[in-house]
Amino acid sequence: MLTYALRRLLLAIPTLLLISLIIFLMVDLAPGSPMSEIPRSIPPEARQKMIEALGADQPVLVRYLLWLRQFFLIEPAYLIDGWFGTSLGGGAQRILSWQSRAPVFDVIGQRLGQTMTVIGAGYVIAVLIAVPIGVYSAYRHYSWFDQVGTFIAMIGYSVPTFFTGVLLIVIFAVNLGWFPSYYDTSLTVTDFATFKRQVWQMALPVTVLALFHAAEISRYTRSSMLDNLGQDYVRTARAKGLLEPQVVLKHALRNSLIPVVTVLALGMPSIFGGSIIVEQVFKVNGIGAALIGAIVANDLPMVQTLTFIFAVLIVVFNLVADLLYGMLDPRIRYE
Amino acid sequence: MNCKSVLMLGSALALAGLPALAGGRGTDGELRITFPQATSTLNPYLSSGTKDVYAASMVLEPLAGFDENGAVYARLVTEVPSLENGGISADYKTITWKIIPGLKWSDGSAFTAADVVFTGDYCRASDSGCAQAFKFDGIDKIEAVDDLTVKITFTAPKANPFNAFVGSQTPIIQKAQFANCMGAAAAACTEQNFAPIGTGPFRVTGFTVNDLVQYEANPEYRDPAKPEFATAIIKGGGDSIASARQVLETGEFDYAWNTQINPDLQAQMLAAGKGQFIMGFGTNTERLELNLTDPSPDLAEGERSTAKFPNPRLSDVRVRRALSMAIDRTALNDIGYGAGGVPNCNVVPAPAFYASDNTGCLTQDIEGAKKLLEEAGWVDSNGDGVREKDGMPLKLLFQTTNNPVRQDFQALIKGWWAEIGVETELKVIDPGVFFGGDPASPDTAEKFYADVEMHANNFDGTDPEAYLAALTTDKAPRPETNWIGTNYNRFANPEYDALSVKLAQTFDMNERAAIAKQMNDMITKDGMVTLPLILRGNLSAISNTLGGVKVNAWDSELWNVADWYRMK
Amino acid sequence: MSEPVSETVGKPVSETVSETGHGLFSDRPRSPWADVLRQFRSHGGAVAGVVILGLLVLAVVVGPFLWRLDPAFIAPKATDMFKMRNLAPSLAHPFGTDQLGRDQLARMLAGGRVSLAVGFVAMLISLFIGTTVGVLAGYVRWLDGPLMRLTDLFLALPLLPLLLVMVMLFRDALASVLGPEAGAFLLIVGAIGLTSWMQAARIVRGDVLALKEREFVLAARSIGTPPHLIVLHHILPNVISPIMVAATLGFASAIITESALSFLGLGFPPDFPTWGRLLFEGVEYMQADPNRVLFPGVAISLTVLSINYIGDGLRDALDPRLRRR
Repeated sequence: MLTYALRRLLLAIPTLLLISLIIFLMVDLAPGSPMSEIPRSIPPEARQKMIEALGADQPVLVRYLLWLRQFFLIEPAYLIDGWFGTSLGGGAQRILSWQSRAPVFDVIGQRLGQTMTVIGAGYVIAVLIAVPIGVYSAYRHYSWFDQVGTFIAMIGYSVPTFFTGVLLIVIFAVNLGWFPSYYDTSLTVTDFATFKRQVWQMALPVTVLALFHAAEISRYTRSSMLDNLGQDYVRTARAKGLLEPQVVLKHALRNSLIPVVTVLALGMPSIFGGSIIVEQVFKVNGIGAALIGAIVANDLPMVQTLTFIFAVLIVVFNLVADLLYGMLDPRIRYE
Repeated sequence: MNCKSVLMLGSALALAGLPALAGGRGTDGELRITFPQATSTLNPYLSSGTKDVYAASMVLEPLAGFDENGAVYARLVTEVPSLENGGISADYKTITWKIIPGLKWSDGSAFTAADVVFTGDYCRASDSGCAQAFKFDGIDKIEAVDDLTVKITFTAPKANPFNAFVGSQTPIIQKAQFANCMGAAAAACTEQNFAPIGTGPFRVTGFTVNDLVQYEANPEYRDPAKPEFATAIIKGGGDSIASARQVLETGEFDYAWNTQINPDLQAQMLAAGKGQFIMGFGTNTERLELNLTDPSPDLAEGERSTAKFPNPRLSDVRVRRALSMAIDRTALNDIGYGAGGVPNCNVVPAPAFYASDNTGCLTQDIEGAKKLLEEAGWVDSNGDGVREKDGMPLKLLFQTTNNPVRQDFQALIKGWWAEIGVETELKVIDPGVFFGGDPASPDTAEKFYADVEMHANNFDGTDPEAYLAALTTDKAPRPETNWIGTNYNRFANPEYDALSVKLAQTFDMNERAAIAKQMNDMITKDGMVTLPLILRGNLSAISNTLGGVKVNAWDSELWNVADWYRMK
Repeated sequence: MSEPVSETVGKPVSETVSETGHGLFSDRPRSPWADVLRQFRSHGGAVAGVVILGLLVLAVVVGPFLWRLDPAFIAPKATDMFKMRNLAPSLAHPFGTDQLGRDQLARMLAGGRVSLAVGFVAMLISLFIGTTVGVLAGYVRWLDGPLMRLTDLFLALPLLPLLLVMVMLFRDALASVLGPEAGAFLLIVGAIGLTSWMQAARIVRGDVLALKEREFVLAARSIGTPPHLIVLHHILPNVISPIMVAATLGFASAIITESALSFLGLGFPPDFPTWGRLLFEGVEYMQADPNRVLFPGVAISLTVLSINYIGDGLRDALDPRLRRR
């Protein structure tokens, strides 16, 4: 297993380089300009000068190589400088956002906290709700609990977050006034009062996310559990005289977790990536908002860096999922 | 100075606030502002986005600004230069500014003419990519005559010298802070760009990119009693509806900029009774541009939408006029903008001095439009409801950007044009692509691979010279210019081109106005090249507890933030 | 917890099956597909799903011929138009009217055609790619690496630029070959299908990895069953339940994604209603007129629910363990 993991990690490097090149070429090919958001009254010649100052008129391969160098050599150097007070960076140009001229990694650093808190909480709550519901729905197949669970899950998934988000704001922030309608990023938790405010401002976005993800995860858990509860080994376990909780939770659930692990592994990177719609509706201004803002403004360094980090996480978490498969079902062997 | 008068807001909106007694600097707590687009940088020389210029205007000040009527007023100088006071030379080649003595930056150091000269050098430096460089066009040199006097010399006589250092786009930055940020180094000066030192009523205490700006009252501000707010924030993100809601329905913010929402929603939000909309009308005109060249996809790339092939349908002015007559601009405004717009027939709708008295387009005339089309030879010979001429149906492709109001306009206009026998195909484009000008994309405003496109345009400041010059023949986007250009319509009229040259050489204000009106009419009521629809106001929302706001369409909406206060 | 699971899982279903089944099929040879059909018909939820989905399809196909108002019609005279705006449901307009006075029922019917068609076709494309990639990667060891890295690539690609590139490269070409509407349809379902298969692929692969080590697959292999038959007869029927879940969820997200695509200039013309777009536009008017979000929301949810129940029924019907009894 360890050699397999190491081999996969080594193989991941050329894969990721290729992915980064494809992303770069694609984002570059996409129509649009970093100057598309400036006022119309600015003459075209001035726009052209600004594009030149960004270096956006350089050939695409030159820009890609520059980005590679900045990402793999210069940024780590600055990171080490930040930790140990060295000066490896030596004033070399960091990856700068075209939109704000801020170093892209500083922006990510500023935003990672709120994205992880809000999106992460939404995801954790979704898992905590969804897995038990999925298991129990399958165990009591076609009971009223299952029917109600199915109904809510399907509605939760078929109603998009752009709708539920605004609906919750209208009901709970405007009409009832219980929760704030936006997320205050400058709030730092220092005591109980600020902690309470933090929980209050997270309540609505987390609910929207949890509802959406729980719907998805519970469906996969339920279907997988159903498949396994009908298997011979479950009958054998029962015949052996094992208690029901043991049969269900130990034998059946363990074998049912493969699709659940897959879905979770696919979801983990999005905790970093954030949720574009939820972040926008609640003004969370995390990574998701940064990505969509950068895409709209054609901020290529920002889009490329965020997407690449996202790609790394996807590759890593899919590897983790593969390793977990082996643990859940020892019959799955890789080599 | 210490006693505020009753405030007049917007056109007819008077806030029923009692004159409050001034409490002095920092007595009114926090001023909370929200923008639907978040601020990216606080250096307006690096980004000309309105969201950035406005956020910076709380801190950085120009020598002079535009007041709510569009008139130039002194900010950091003792008086506005004029021919009478000798500030503008008789040959229109120099302008001299006299700085208020004793003025201080927020770090306590003295503000001098050297800072002004530096600001000019900073933006004019090559490779800086200065976003406001065009404001310095035609300037030969900027010199400090003494510590408190700045003299700007132009390369040629300048009819309108109020460009550089006038208005929130070209404020003065501190030489000591930005000395190492000249030219190509400008971009890397993150620390300076995110917390510029200024002379304005506030100073920056915190900035998270594309999210939140935090300010506190500037202790060195020249009026010791102002600003009355101790701190201020600008929170960005979300959309216009959410921003308006947070002022008018939940009351979480005091002021929301750019709350352009439909009249139904406006009424609904006002019903909560927590605040008001305010609107300032500048020159932002929602319009239809008509393509005078043939956008047919059957033409080869490079010939499509170029002057080689005139538009087979729209080349006839009678057809263009009929399209305009079929539109009910009042209905459009009532559906899309309400109090935030005015039906309009001019491309230069303001200032009043420059605006033509052209209101002919305001009444819809379906029958007249039909008659005109018949005259032009377009008749429905096969009874399918669409007119034809020489076997060619009168069918148009109408494109615009994705925006709920614009889609409503598209649907309405399509309906009216169907009434007069014109079939319309609608198309929506992502705004980033449409305004992006990427020559590889077929969907840009410049390429104009359609017969009709809808967008809004305005001019900067109060002088329309450059704006009108954008429609001269040589400014047509075409393959030779790599599809760069501002004359989207491919309007080609030598008479218009000549007037454009003449306007630049005319100094008498009345004569300038006459030429500008003539040019406006050539594009609109005579030529029907551009069909103006609505003069769009800047719609913002303010809380009932916020006083002192004076809406201004010619400069930053936060231009007089020093005078804002909490109503008690 | 004391009652045995098998009862709740299968018994009521299998009892009814054997009773009705004997009456219907006793004089014919029992083919496996007849069994599947029989089992499917005994599944109450599945039958309800088929009926509701059938009604929805019937409504959007036949409806516009019965309810003859033009979904794009706006009263040409402004005074009439203002009288028609934002009307509450009435006999003349059972679903009310929108902000331009267009009939909402007509728009729902017209929109349903597109949404259902886009949802189905995009879902099928995405399922086909996802299942193929998943089964191949799970079953054929040397394909696992390349196919999963391809999946990683697609997961990582930012959607918006990808779609914009697709518009730029393919829209005009497709429109000139197929005509604007068919071209737009193909582009939309292609774009959604090509960007949404990855989850199904990963899930199917995970299940196949486990399945191919199971005894019955080993048994089939040991008696010399060729690989494609093993996949067809033994692997595929056993991954049907995650595929069904993916199908249901995929359908829902395809309808919503379609509405987002229209805004990029990738979709149908802007005055062309779809359920997703009606819902999106309705959010703005939600407080004043809840019907604007209610009708499209309910239509989408109903469709997704009925597909879900049909999927449940199919899953049960295809499960030989349930059928055997």
